[in-house]
Amino acid sequence: MKKSPVSMTINGQPVEELVEPRTLLIHFLREQLNLTGAHIGCETSHCGACTIDLDGKSVKSCTIFTLQAEGAHIRTIEGMAAADGTLHALQEAFREKHGLQCGYCTPGMILRAWRLLQENPDPTDAEIRFGIAGNLCRCTGYQNIVAAIKHAAILMAGAQQKEAAE
Amino acid sequence: MNEMSPVPESRQDREAKLEGMGCRRKRVEDVRFTQGRGNYVDDLKLPGMLFGDFHRSSYAHARIKSIDTSKARALPGVVAVLTAADLKPLKLDWMPTLAGDVQAVLAGDKVLFQNQEIAFIVATDRYIAADAADLVEVEYEELPVLVDPFKAMLPDAPILREDIADKTEGAHGQRRHPNHIFTWEIGDREATDLAFRNAAVATKHLIPYQRVHPCPLETCQSVASFDKIKGELTLWGTFQAPHVVRTVASILSSIPEHKIHVIAPDIGGGFGNKVGVYPGYVCSIVASIVTGKPVKWVEDRMENLSTTAFARDYHMTAEIAATPQGKVTGLRVHVLADHGAFDACADPSKWPAGFFNIVTGSYDFPVAHVSVDGVYTNKAPGGVAYRCSFRVTEAAYCIERAMDILAAKLGLDPAELRLRNLIKREQFPYLSALGWEYDSGDYHAALNKALDAVSYPALRAEQKAMQAAFQRGETRQLMGIGVSFFTEIVGAGPSKNCDILGIAMFDSAEIRIHPTGAVIARMGTKSQGQAHETTYAQIIASEIGIPAADIMIEEGNTDTAPYGLGTYGSRSTPTAGAATAMACRKIKAKAQMIAAHLLEVHHDDVEFDIDRFVVKGMPDRFKTMKDISWAAYHAPPPGLEPGLEAVSYYDPPNMTFPFGAYICVMDIDVDTGVCTTRRFYALDDCGTRINPMIIEGQVHGGLTEAFAIAMGQEIVYDEIGNVQGASLMDFFLPTAVETPVWETGFTTTPSPHHPIGAKGVGESPNVGGVPAFSNAVNDAFTFLGSQHIAMPHDPWRVWKAAEALGLQG
Amino acid sequence: MISGSFAFYRPHTIAEAVAMLATHGDAARLVAGGHSLIPMMKLRMAMPDHLIDVGGIADLKGIKRDGSDWLIGALTTQAELIADQALAAGLPVLRETALQIADPQVRNCGTLGGNIANGDPGNDMPAVMLCLNARFEVTGPGGKRSIPARGFYHGAYVTSLAQDEIVTAVRIAALPPGSAAAYEKLKRKVGDYATAAAAVALGLQDGKINFCSIALTNLAPTPLWAEAAGQALIGRAPGAESFALAGRLAEEITDPSSDARGPAAYRTKMGGVMVRRALARAALAAKT
Repeated sequence: MKKSPVSMTINGQPVEELVEPRTLLIHFLREQLNLTGAHIGCETSHCGACTIDLDGKSVKSCTIFTLQAEGAHIRTIEGMAAADGTLHALQEAFREKHGLQCGYCTPGMILRAWRLLQENPDPTDAEIRFGIAGNLCRCTGYQNIVAAIKHAAILMAGAQQKEAAE
Repeated sequence: MNEMSPVPESRQDREAKLEGMGCRRKRVEDVRFTQGRGNYVDDLKLPGMLFGDFHRSSYAHARIKSIDTSKARALPGVVAVLTAADLKPLKLDWMPTLAGDVQAVLAGDKVLFQNQEIAFIVATDRYIAADAADLVEVEYEELPVLVDPFKAMLPDAPILREDIADKTEGAHGQRRHPNHIFTWEIGDREATDLAFRNAAVATKHLIPYQRVHPCPLETCQSVASFDKIKGELTLWGTFQAPHVVRTVASILSSIPEHKIHVIAPDIGGGFGNKVGVYPGYVCSIVASIVTGKPVKWVEDRMENLSTTAFARDYHMTAEIAATPQGKVTGLRVHVLADHGAFDACADPSKWPAGFFNIVTGSYDFPVAHVSVDGVYTNKAPGGVAYRCSFRVTEAAYCIERAMDILAAKLGLDPAELRLRNLIKREQFPYLSALGWEYDSGDYHAALNKALDAVSYPALRAEQKAMQAAFQRGETRQLMGIGVSFFTEIVGAGPSKNCDILGIAMFDSAEIRIHPTGAVIARMGTKSQGQAHETTYAQIIASEIGIPAADIMIEEGNTDTAPYGLGTYGSRSTPTAGAATAMACRKIKAKAQMIAAHLLEVHHDDVEFDIDRFVVKGMPDRFKTMKDISWAAYHAPPPGLEPGLEAVSYYDPPNMTFPFGAYICVMDIDVDTGVCTTRRFYALDDCGTRINPMIIEGQVHGGLTEAFAIAMGQEIVYDEIGNVQGASLMDFFLPTAVETPVWETGFTTTPSPHHPIGAKGVGESPNVGGVPAFSNAVNDAFTFLGSQHIAMPHDPWRVWKAAEALGLQG
Repeated sequence: MISGSFAFYRPHTIAEAVAMLATHGDAARLVAGGHSLIPMMKLRMAMPDHLIDVGGIADLKGIKRDGSDWLIGALTTQAELIADQALAAGLPVLRETALQIADPQVRNCGTLGGNIANGDPGNDMPAVMLCLNARFEVTGPGGKRSIPARGFYHGAYVTSLAQDEIVTAVRIAALPPGSAAAYEKLKRKVGDYATAAAAVALGLQDGKINFCSIALTNLAPTPLWAEAAGQALIGRAPGAESFALAGRLAEEITDPSSDARGPAAYRTKMGGVMVRRALARAALAAKT
């Protein structure tokens, strides 16, 4: 099948590539761009391991054809830490609260949590659980993930206050 | 000496700096995982790499009349298509299983379960491979399908395994029927029969444990790369036991073992799914040899759920004999075990039913007898230990349900019945009626602590009031309280009774201390999320006084790591954890010699103190481990070899026996059958606690898997062997919304025979959790005369159970 | 799970999309959010040669009022339905239903148009549309037409929509004063289709039910409008007895399949339970 051009912005970098129309966004990211942070778990849009941020929304990249993301602004786990390597508050919080074990769901979980905290900076436990219900974890039982997201919310609010004060 | 030191650090500070055992050390692994920098098999990309995919059987039982691969081969981008006919000359069309059976790598004459592997397509990318897989044409002649294990040994049952149909002797003794695999018997049959003849009270019930699947988020995958010039094979894969894979690969392929490099990189969860050897692994190897290119194979989720490694499928009939006062006097269990089309159970060789003889549980049964019949059916092979030691969750479920059934018959509270029968502290080490020596425990203390934690009497009072209201028609809600007390048996295992393919189930550690005091340590196990890189370093830190931050743990590369049997059955801490401590002690002995030499005293005159050797009675005169490490390479004492390293292969003297008391409070909406976990308290005793944070995480995760199994998981087959619902829409993996909040507690009874007293914990919550949930659901209906409601307790089954009791109008 | 090959198009107007459908006939499929179609394509249960992505058509977007009617663009995602404050205040049952569909990521992609138009009996919005007597605005080569939801569904994946037509918007009349709607869904977990679900709308006057409409999800090859069950309540007082009657009548028209969610008899019973519960909730909301 003939390849089509596609362009988008990924983690702030412009990307122009050729893809087969049936290329799934997750395969495009992982195989063509070597962004292997997002993972494939179920392939039927249930597990959320492939979650990325696309135009300000959390989406499952296993259920989007690359060409559907033409012109999109995408953020993946590789774009979470600062350029100098400083970890994002969510990355710190997941480590601090033991919010991961095998690490396979973690990139999707963190991307989803990040968007959730943009939408709701001070969520309750129930709101977090509802908000991450599209991301399955087989290891943690979610309890420490919820704690990590709450902890990150505090860190992020603190950082914002500090920024405002300066 | 050391005059230049500033104010000496306090002992607490020195200890804290080590981040040794008992500390909630943050995980080393998380730095890469939180940044998406883990290195999983499918992340691997090699120059020229090809991609393999299977054409699979549409039928559960059919003769293959022909396989036409011409259309698939003709598709541009397809490099090779392998069938059984291609594997046969290489003697690779069949492979041995861990259970002493053989399994078809690719089906040749007939298929024995739906989705069985028939052809392996190798193409330049995974899209083309998938296209070509659809182009393989197979002509079948359908055969009668055997799905129900209870019909497997009927005289007119279809014969599944024609390859061994006339063999009356299997790997585990006599076969009574072509579909019979083995009968395994243990215990004293006569004494048990006598106990039942004399019993004042006896119960008997069929307790099925449905077929489920470990379903780690990452499926099974491999990349094989054969170097024709060197004659060497490198195999990356999702291997919980990489060394065993290398040995099996060597035996299968005739490539010498030292020319096979097996690498298990980061693994996205295993839970038993990644112990066995699968056709995909073998085919990727053959394809790489045939094509001369690296070949990647990645299962999709449907393939994972329907072909690699189911668990359970045990149909257990349990009988308990007891006195009217509720003292148990005998246990008799028969199991019908559905093994699917090939016996590919991942058990130690001599244990065809695993350690199911832990079925006497935590109770003082004077006599017991167990027999297990394994049978073939037209289902996928497997029978792995899904987050439990071998067949231990089946055993724990069996005895814990049976005890509740007995409690109901006697009119006793389930907790009270347990307290009357638990093995007493003073009875340890305790020899069970079925032959295990339980190493240690304080069961009564644990159960009483759990009952106190949930205010058990108040819960029972509330339940009683609710039942009365229900019977008056004022509510349609019921409440169930599930009590479960379990004893795990982990750490397989002692060479006297445990081997895999003849290899004793020891494990190993190799520790090298470098001149600056930095450490690299390697083990024969393989983490799949259990954080070995973090916790083994804590053991070493405490043992030899080097900060955990200066210790790097490596596993999974068979070139560099010492031989070990891998990670499953909660064996890492009991075996490799012990080996780690033992290797440390060898190093410490040498370090003591070096310290004495440096301090110019006799080695008996120095003693270890946290991170240093000190001259006895003179705390100012010491050499730190850092000093000693340097000296080991710079100025070793005369007569001592330079260097500071050690290897230990640890053959455990016994298993370890973690235990725990779990209590579940469940609210049940009778109108819909929906069960909601109100509260779950889990008390675990895993002996010495290496990292409490990680233990709690393991318990949360294991309880969540237990919840999923008890409340919804099932791999279902229809009457013609079509596997149903092999996707994450139907196979119940709970989200954060359904998952209960967990409360945890602990007691600590160190293992007397383990060097650091640790017992293992990863699987306890699955073993104890499943019966706690099931007992809670069952308990809600006991007052209406219900004896046993089978799992999974998804809404419709609970509703049907209530209907059978006349509760649905 | 790899899709077959196809040619991909991204029209910018409804007319362009309709023309593409007309050109390619049965070999073409529309894709919007894609969360029904793409999994089917990955399973190769759908293998279109031409995939027309309507995601770039601005005219399919937006939530507007047209007189007292709500006019909701077909491309409106479930997440947008949830986030729209005017809709949440004026017709809260849509938000309530959308929140019970799939999970956050899927709701960010899944559209109202896709949910109603693909004819999957497991989809939740069709029953709500039947309940609220919605109309689907449709454009084809011959121009526009408006199809009542209550005549739209003919079988599993079989609807009144012609192959070359596109649903452009959904029109829903505002509920009369003194009435309220509710959606009750029984499911095994987040992300699951309904074991059974019920959409109800109910009006009260002088303590009596003066208007009632009931529809069911996933209890037959199509969504069901339980007309008789709703009619039976007119003139009755709201309460357990009335709701039980409606539940029983609703159960009578169901024809569910047995699946992993439960045997048909159970699912039918759950239809009744969902009707009762939805009515109780709607009655409470109508009063307040």
